[in-house]
Amino acid sequence: MSGATRADYCVIACAEAWRGAGEILASPMGLIPSVGARLARLTFAPELLLTDGEAMLVGPDGTPEGWLPYRRHLTLVTGGRRHVMMGASQIDRHGNQNISCIGDWARPSRQLLGVRGAPVNTLNNPVSYWIPRHSRRVFVEKVDMVCGVGYDRAAEHPGTARFHRIPRVVSDLGVFDFATPDRSMRLASLHPGVTIERVKEATGFELTVPEEVPHTREPTPEELRLIREVLDPGGAREREVPAPVAVQRTGS
Amino acid sequence: MADKTMTADEAVSRLESGMTLGIGGWGSRRKPMALVRALLRSGITDLTVVSYGGPDVGMLAAAGRIRKLVAAFATLDSIPLEPHFRAARERGAFELMEIDEAMFMWGLHAAANRLPFIPVRAGVGSDVMRVNPGLRTVRSPYEDGETLVAVPALRMDAALVHLNRADRLGNGQYLGPDPYFDDLFCEAADSAYVSCERIVDTAELTKEAAPQTLLVGRHTVTGVVEAPNGAHFTSCVPDYARDEAFQRHYASTPWPEFAERFLDGDEQDYQRAVQAWHKEREENPEREGKVGP
Repeated sequence: MSGATRADYCVIACAEAWRGAGEILASPMGLIPSVGARLARLTFAPELLLTDGEAMLVGPDGTPEGWLPYRRHLTLVTGGRRHVMMGASQIDRHGNQNISCIGDWARPSRQLLGVRGAPVNTLNNPVSYWIPRHSRRVFVEKVDMVCGVGYDRAAEHPGTARFHRIPRVVSDLGVFDFATPDRSMRLASLHPGVTIERVKEATGFELTVPEEVPHTREPTPEELRLIREVLDPGGAREREVPAPVAVQRTGS
Repeated sequence: MADKTMTADEAVSRLESGMTLGIGGWGSRRKPMALVRALLRSGITDLTVVSYGGPDVGMLAAAGRIRKLVAAFATLDSIPLEPHFRAARERGAFELMEIDEAMFMWGLHAAANRLPFIPVRAGVGSDVMRVNPGLRTVRSPYEDGETLVAVPALRMDAALVHLNRADRLGNGQYLGPDPYFDDLFCEAADSAYVSCERIVDTAELTKEAAPQTLLVGRHTVTGVVEAPNGAHFTSCVPDYARDEAFQRHYASTPWPEFAERFLDGDEQDYQRAVQAWHKEREENPEREGKVGP
C-alpha cells in the first residue's frame, strides 16, 4: 500500500492532464490542480510554464522567468499554447460548463462568477475541468448557462471550434473523458476506493461506462514525497478533498 | 502646458447621470476606489459601467447607481463572489451585457482604435450569444471563411483608473507587475481621470523606473487626482497589498451599515474610519473570527 489518500490520487489525475504537453502554460484553477501542475513540472513535464497567479511566469521554486500580464495571458489563450484546468459549478454530458449563474440568466436564483474567460478558452486552448465534489448538483443533464463550450455545441461550428478540446474532467471520484463515438462523457478511471455505482449515483446524466474501468494510477514514492514535503506540506489538499469515511473504515 | 490636477470631487463633477463609465483595474486589484467613493458621494446615477469587475461594481450596484453593467465577472479575488454584485443580480437590479474576458479586451481595443468591431474567436457556441442577442458574427473574407464574433467597440464617455504615479500633465505610471487595461480604458473613453498614489515631477517618473512603466499618456487624460491609498481596499502593488481584513469586513457587513460607517464623509473621513477600524480590531482580536466568511 502506497498510503496515498484520495486527495493524492486527485493530484496525480490532475498532473496527468499535462503529460506530454510540451512547452505550454499549465493554468490550474484550484488547489489540487495547482499541486498537480507543479508536480508534473517537477517530474514528467519539465518543459511546462507556470505562473505565480499574478503576472509572472515562474519556475517551480518561484524564480521569475517571464512576464505574463492579463493582456498577454489572453493572447496566450488565443495562440493555443496553454492547457487550463477550470472549475465548473455545472457540467453536462457533452462537457458544457457553467460558472456564471444558477437559474434563469435574466434574474438568477444564484449569481456566481460570471462567464469569465470560459468562452474564449474552450474555443482556443485545451480545457480540462476539476470538480472537488462530484454530485448531481454539478454533473447535470443541462447547464443553466453555457460558459465553456461542450462537444455537441462545438460540433455545430466545425470551423470556428476547430481548436476545441476537453482532454479530461477530474473529480474526487474519478477521471472522465469524451472518448466516445458521440463525444459524450465516459468514465476513464476510478480513484481507488470508489465504485462505479457510487459514480453513477452522483452523476445526473447517463454516463458511458466501459466494460473494463481502470483505477487512477498510483503515485510513485518520489511523487508522494514531492506532494507531502515540497508542494503541499500543510496538507491543504486534504481539506479540498477529505478522506472518505468508508475508505478509512475498511482501510483499503 | 496644462496642469490637469484636480480633486476627486472635481473630477466627478464633470460626470453626469446616464453616462457610460469605464473603470480600470481588475477584480480587487488597483481599482480607482477614491474616485468611486467620490462618485458615491455625488448624486450621479443611471450609469452604464464597463469594468473587469471588483468592489467598484459591488459598491455602485449596492448604492443603486448602475443601470447597465458590461462585464465578464465581478469578484474580490480572495473572496470569489462579490456579494453586492451578486445580490443586485439576484434582485434583477440592472441590465447586464455579460461577455467573455477576451471579448471585453477586444471591445476596448476596437474603441481605442476607432473601429466599429474586432473579430474574435470567442463566444460562438456559448450562451454569451444567447444572452446578448445584439451580438453579430462576421465571416472571414479570406480563404478560410471562418465565422467569428464581431465584438462591438466598448466606447465610453469617461474612464476612471488608478496608477502608482503620475505627473501634473497626466502621464501615468504603473509600478506593479500588471498594467491591467488602464491605458486602453483611457484611449477608449472621451475623457479620462487618473488618480494616483503620488504626483511627481515628470523627470522623476523615469529616474529609477523603466520607460515602459509609463502606461497612460497625457494626450488621453483629462484630469489627474492625487489620492494616496486611493485604491484601498484593493491592491496597489508595490505601494501596498490588498487590505484583506478590511475586504472581509466589506464583504460580510450589510451595505447600509458599511456605508454609514465608512462612506458618509469625504475621502479623508474614509481613510480615518478605516484606520480606526483596524485599531479596534487590533485591540479586540477575538472579534476577527466572527468577521470573515
